[in-house]
Amino acid sequence: MSLHRYLIKGATMPDGRVTDLLIVRGLIHTVSPKILDADAIVIEAKGSVLLPGLVDLHTHLRQPGREDAETILSGSQAGAKGGFTALSAMANTSPVADNAGVVEQVFRLGQQAGLVDVFPIGAVTQGLEGLVLAEIGAMADSLARVRVFSDDGNCVFDPLVMRRGLEYIKKFDGVIAQHAQEPRLTVGSQMNEGEVSAILGLKGWPAIAEEAIIARDVLLVDHVKSRLHICHVTTAGGVEIIRWAKARGINVTAEVTPHHLLLTDELARSYDPLFKVNPPLRTERDVMALREGLADGTIDIVATDHAPHSSESKECEWHEASFGMLALETALSIVQKTMVDSHLMSWEQVADRLSSAPARIAGYSDHGRNLEVGAIANITIIDPSASWIVDRDLTASKSRNTPFHGYELPGIVTYTFFKGVPTLFAGALVQGDES
Amino acid sequence: MRHLLSISDLTKVQAISILDTATELARVSDGAVKKLPTLRGRTIVNLFAEDSTRTRISFEAAAKRLSADVINFSAKGSSLSKGESLKDTALTLQAMGADAVVIRHSASGAPQRLADSDWMTGSVINAGDGTHEHPSQALLDAFTIRKHCAKGGVDLDGIRVAIVGDILHSRVARSNVLLLNLLGARVTLVAPPTLLPVGVESWPVKISYDLDKVIGNVDVVMMLRVQQERMNDLFFPNTREYSRYFGLNADRLKLMSHDSIVMHPGPMNRGLEITAEVADSARSVIVEQVANGVSVRMAILYVLLAGGPLESGGK
Amino acid sequence: MSLALSAPDITRALTRISHEILEANTASDQIVLLGVPTRGAHLAVRIAASMASIAGHAIPVGMLDITMHRDDLRMRAPRPIMPTSIPSCGIEGRDLILIDDVLFSGRTIRAALDALGEIGRPHTVQLAVLVDRGHRELPIRADFVGKNLPTSITQSVKVHLSEVDGIDEVSIEES
Repeated sequence: MSLHRYLIKGATMPDGRVTDLLIVRGLIHTVSPKILDADAIVIEAKGSVLLPGLVDLHTHLRQPGREDAETILSGSQAGAKGGFTALSAMANTSPVADNAGVVEQVFRLGQQAGLVDVFPIGAVTQGLEGLVLAEIGAMADSLARVRVFSDDGNCVFDPLVMRRGLEYIKKFDGVIAQHAQEPRLTVGSQMNEGEVSAILGLKGWPAIAEEAIIARDVLLVDHVKSRLHICHVTTAGGVEIIRWAKARGINVTAEVTPHHLLLTDELARSYDPLFKVNPPLRTERDVMALREGLADGTIDIVATDHAPHSSESKECEWHEASFGMLALETALSIVQKTMVDSHLMSWEQVADRLSSAPARIAGYSDHGRNLEVGAIANITIIDPSASWIVDRDLTASKSRNTPFHGYELPGIVTYTFFKGVPTLFAGALVQGDES
Repeated sequence: MRHLLSISDLTKVQAISILDTATELARVSDGAVKKLPTLRGRTIVNLFAEDSTRTRISFEAAAKRLSADVINFSAKGSSLSKGESLKDTALTLQAMGADAVVIRHSASGAPQRLADSDWMTGSVINAGDGTHEHPSQALLDAFTIRKHCAKGGVDLDGIRVAIVGDILHSRVARSNVLLLNLLGARVTLVAPPTLLPVGVESWPVKISYDLDKVIGNVDVVMMLRVQQERMNDLFFPNTREYSRYFGLNADRLKLMSHDSIVMHPGPMNRGLEITAEVADSARSVIVEQVANGVSVRMAILYVLLAGGPLESGGK
Repeated sequence: MSLALSAPDITRALTRISHEILEANTASDQIVLLGVPTRGAHLAVRIAASMASIAGHAIPVGMLDITMHRDDLRMRAPRPIMPTSIPSCGIEGRDLILIDDVLFSGRTIRAALDALGEIGRPHTVQLAVLVDRGHRELPIRADFVGKNLPTSITQSVKVHLSEVDGIDEVSIEES
């Protein structure tokens, strides 16, 4: 048997076709029913779905700076376990990824780990402070070839800074991923502003604080004819504005996180900071609007906003706790639960929202391609009829802050192939390289 | 019942039973008896991560009258002000064998975090958390109202209560809305729109922005403290204007019906939300609230701690 | 279940106790009765009425809740606190008769003595009970007993009084 040949038997393609698929030396060699190959390692995949390797446009890998919470290696392992072959490392590290040196380091560490492609996202402004543009050109020209820029964690709130940033990135067809949060309306905010925050006495985070920035920025991007991506949309109003903007032909794309497709602000009643996230969990009505928006394409992609935090950042008072939750290892299951099992989306649409569309937005040319002969074999296999119980003590991530601990979720990712090599084999991680 | 974190932990029967118990204990306190042996050998920790001398002293007096051992653990000069986590503090209290922790904390939900965690096993009593709740204050307020207005009734059926002032940041208001509603009172919140939370529409209350329209039609006027720091946060133009529209002064006192009462959880800003004249008037039961606080807190400690360790009727 | 005392038995027992108390305490104007709620308090009222008709003057009667002084609080659910009412004459220097329905382990009476200590210092404290069923756990005895009922430890003695239960009757039940 050869380590370069893998024969996947009887799998279901995103479009519903049942076929065999042969991988040879990193590429998809053959796609047809009943392939015979005596040399290949055979993977029985009857009933399982084949997807192009998942692409995350929004990942916090914490390295450099907070290696106690996550490293590029441990984040890559969590990605592989969740079916991802490409991650986009957010810029809010320490030091901030606002120069070529940091993005090249992140890129290199990703290559060394070798489990997924780690594409660094560059900061829009120096130190994420929203005042002065970061060295955007140098990051774009670096080895990491950065195309996505974001101050995520902070909003690029100054309209002039946002305008200049949007204009500047046109030079190399970049995109700004905006964290839409009007800062003055969210000073000290802790959770969605509404009935639950009123009862809990936690400072509210109004939906309008998100929607006002989305509205401003779609108008700005239309004016300067650049490209805008809205991170983690969470409100029904935000979906409406983006729908309106797209109808006007404005060049905007948007993402939703798995947790915002499922969880609501009711969970804050426990005061358990596992449910503290930025932007906050919203209401049932928002969740339904987000699902609808994702299904009809108003929201282009699912991005995880995977945000690992050390236990001391969560084992404390709500006020003191950090914002964010783990997401890579549960993302595909949550999408199956909320979108596929509820008949809102087909697996073909899942392939688009979690692979093809994010790869297209970010310009990751080796990813998100249809599973056709000659393509690089970035492939995810999920058994949608199986289910599993999330156990925070079994995460590949170094952190434990999953909000889904104890949940039973549908769909088990069984295999992930990165450039034709399994990084997840029969549910077990194939270790990456720390050196 | 093991913890008292929120008024929503209580059924109507439980709330009335605490008030009834407090009534008997008040009789004890009034007479020659100042001390009961009931909680002898029990350790109660007053964990005050936020300054509040009055509430701490009230709980301390209550615990001591029941013969409990009291340990005070205050913010200033303690490890809490040196950045020790709530978790480490709780583990310390557990190691010290605390049977109950009375916690005052600036973070909403901190008492619930203590109660839900496996950091400690004792009872947790919320003595005011952030802008969330202050259940013992609501119980002593209900006790005071029942004594003055219920005409012998066990609950507060039909009694009309106006809560006036900074509802948005008030834990006293939140607990009172829940408890007064549970006991059958009819509550009107009176505040400038800036000091009412978004979502208040779902509360079982009436809302008014006009104190003069409400004040003549209620049995109880409960004034809330206005925090000085709110003035810099655009909630109202200045204190003079606030007092003019939402302060309780002698002119407004005249509008009140003759058997109505004035309450304030303290500490008062005399001259801001309430004038000295009103605070010291015959209508004012503010000093009595403080005295009742001890009896009600004794009742709370009794109900939570006197029973056996195995007994627990849910939270 | 077997009947230990019928309604007429109870009335006879209380009348006899009333006479005995007056015989043992010649200064009848110094007597104060305190019943232990719930049923002891009702018995105290009955005995006071009966004593008044014999002595020809009113006998001060009140009730004393001992809940907060119990030493077995931790073993069971919190009990509601019952009212305490001390006659206006007080208990200082008086001949105080504690009245309860059943004397068993003696712990209730110990708690009552503790509770009394907080209120004042009577000249004497005496104990009257409707039923003494034995099985004492403390060195306590009754001065006036309506009926001695030998029981086994597994049995329970139920006292019913018309004020609370609608009927006067004492029975022994196997538990």
